Amino acid sequence: MSADTAMMREPSVQRPTAPGIKRFLRRFASNKLAITATVLLGVLITTSLAAPLLAPYPPEAIDVVNRLAGPSPEHWLGTDSLGRDTLSRLMHGGRVSLAAAAFAVSIAITFGVPLGLIAGYLGSWVDWIMGRGADVLMTFPAVILAIAIIAATGPGLVNAMAALGVVYAPRLFRVVRGATLAVREETYVEASVSIGTPAYSIVTRRVLPNILSPLLVQISLMLAAALLAEAALSLLGLGVVPPTPSWGNLLGRGFTEIRTTPLLVWFPGIAIALATLCFNLIGDGLRDSLGRETRKGD
Amino acid sequence: MSQQIVSSQPLVEVKDLSVTFSKKRLFKPTRVVRAVNGVSFEIAQGETLGLVGESGSGKSTIGRALLKLVPMESGSVRFDNTELTTISRAEMRRMRRRMQMVFQDPYSSLDPSATVAASISEPFRVHEGLSAKQAWSRVQELLEVVGLRPSHANRYPYEFSGGQRQRVAIARALALTPHLIVCDEAVSALDVSTQNQVINLLEDLRDEFDLSYLFIAHDLAIVRHIAHRVAVMYLGHIVESGPAERTYQRPAHPYTQALLSAIPIPNPERSNRAGRILLRGDLPDPANPPSGCPFQTRCPYAMDVCREVMPAMTAVDGGGQVACHLQTAGPELNGRSLMDADVEVVR
Repeated sequence: MSADTAMMREPSVQRPTAPGIKRFLRRFASNKLAITATVLLGVLITTSLAAPLLAPYPPEAIDVVNRLAGPSPEHWLGTDSLGRDTLSRLMHGGRVSLAAAAFAVSIAITFGVPLGLIAGYLGSWVDWIMGRGADVLMTFPAVILAIAIIAATGPGLVNAMAALGVVYAPRLFRVVRGATLAVREETYVEASVSIGTPAYSIVTRRVLPNILSPLLVQISLMLAAALLAEAALSLLGLGVVPPTPSWGNLLGRGFTEIRTTPLLVWFPGIAIALATLCFNLIGDGLRDSLGRETRKGD
Repeated sequence: MSQQIVSSQPLVEVKDLSVTFSKKRLFKPTRVVRAVNGVSFEIAQGETLGLVGESGSGKSTIGRALLKLVPMESGSVRFDNTELTTISRAEMRRMRRRMQMVFQDPYSSLDPSATVAASISEPFRVHEGLSAKQAWSRVQELLEVVGLRPSHANRYPYEFSGGQRQRVAIARALALTPHLIVCDEAVSALDVSTQNQVINLLEDLRDEFDLSYLFIAHDLAIVRHIAHRVAVMYLGHIVESGPAERTYQRPAHPYTQALLSAIPIPNPERSNRAGRILLRGDLPDPANPPSGCPFQTRCPYAMDVCREVMPAMTAVDGGGQVACHLQTAGPELNGRSLMDADVEVVR
């Protein structure tokens, strides 16, 4: 008993509810999968962003002699049916795919987070109305709605991703609202009210920082889903318009040559799988190192 | 209006305050809990009123209602001659700088994601429009006032012990030099040695800043130490009030007597077992209070009249008031303490 209490007193800095950034970093760093994923994703993002500098060829450069070639010193990952360098197109495609995912998620954040905060903090009929609105949006299958919008407005990734963002918004709304409901009951919020702090200030300075962990987890998982959705739309030819490459439409064009050059499907497929996996692993890592409710043992 | 009249006014004047909470239930009648029922009291400038009672008696609700943190059902709350029940939200926000609160649990009353400096400077930011930087020197001063090191300002709450956190919470409450601080079980979550330190701090601050406290607690010994006057609550009613010494030495209400007899005596061999009054049963359901006197279900002296009529407040010898039929019916104590009269247990 006395040994227990002595042990408990010793690392007082490491109280389980401590929000310390250091503690989070230490926990996150000890999660090897999450660290690997972060590094890998960093590489993917950097090579995509720096594609114009790093890529060996312009994405539209045609090398007719080496059509549908396998990996070679000139074309590390081979070429497609027009002799375009797969590596260069993958790198450029990453820009489109990752940007599209980020765009959709930022739309979802723009709508979901503020509305979730408002609904969770104000409660009562405001919460009820917003909740029903979210329910309605949640009933739409994300990709189907995006397809419907593209059918109405014509192919184009911006519209599609905006639509995707709107459909994803209720999911963030749900997470934010739920977390806000919990934080609102905390005494420190009541303390702020008793000080006379305006509601807006309480929400941005007291509530938001304290719901950040579930929010970050949700965002990273949502990025993975948005990336897949972009791939699905572009695969169907509803996303970005060729010849601009994206991982999705690279995959789609690869299908036509799947019998002769299966590698054309493999590489974008691997890129998509890898990025999605990275987002998910990072999300899991964030949840394990930030989350209070998923802690095991204590 | 002459200065004399203004200064003789109490700082806080609560009249017939009632607070109800209602919970809507599907297919069932709405459950209405009358947490505070027709409560009246006053607090003078520089005075400490101790509010005691068992859990669920409504004492915390009174503190919250005073600061308008819970909606009032009826009654009047005047703070420095301003009626709080009718003023606008903007006016109330300005009033808040003069009335602050220290909460029970220092582990949850400070935002875990904000530094101590950010928490303490919140009142400055809200009421004086100061940035964290501008408020810095005042935060440092406040930390010193409550006995913490100024270098602690950039730490997070989890780096502190419970007592230190409560000091931070007190510093935040003091920031705008309020007139009234509601201490809602402010030391209950602390261990005994820390309790003493915080109590002493509160007393020093009271003398230094001429503060008034509404000191809510269930620990009677602490209340006796800090409070000038005491009000005893039972089931949403104040059943007895009066100067602290009179109330402790010569309780006039059976519930006060029972509460006091439950204070542990330091030397058990000296304890008077016979003097210990054990209350049977639990606090009645506040949604379904007993008829007549709220205490009649557990009162050892309950008479027939107690089950039918709510006793009125009568004056007690030595100051204060009590709501008990023993004063006016049966033994007719007429303001005497229960200690003086040899009241027989009816049952």
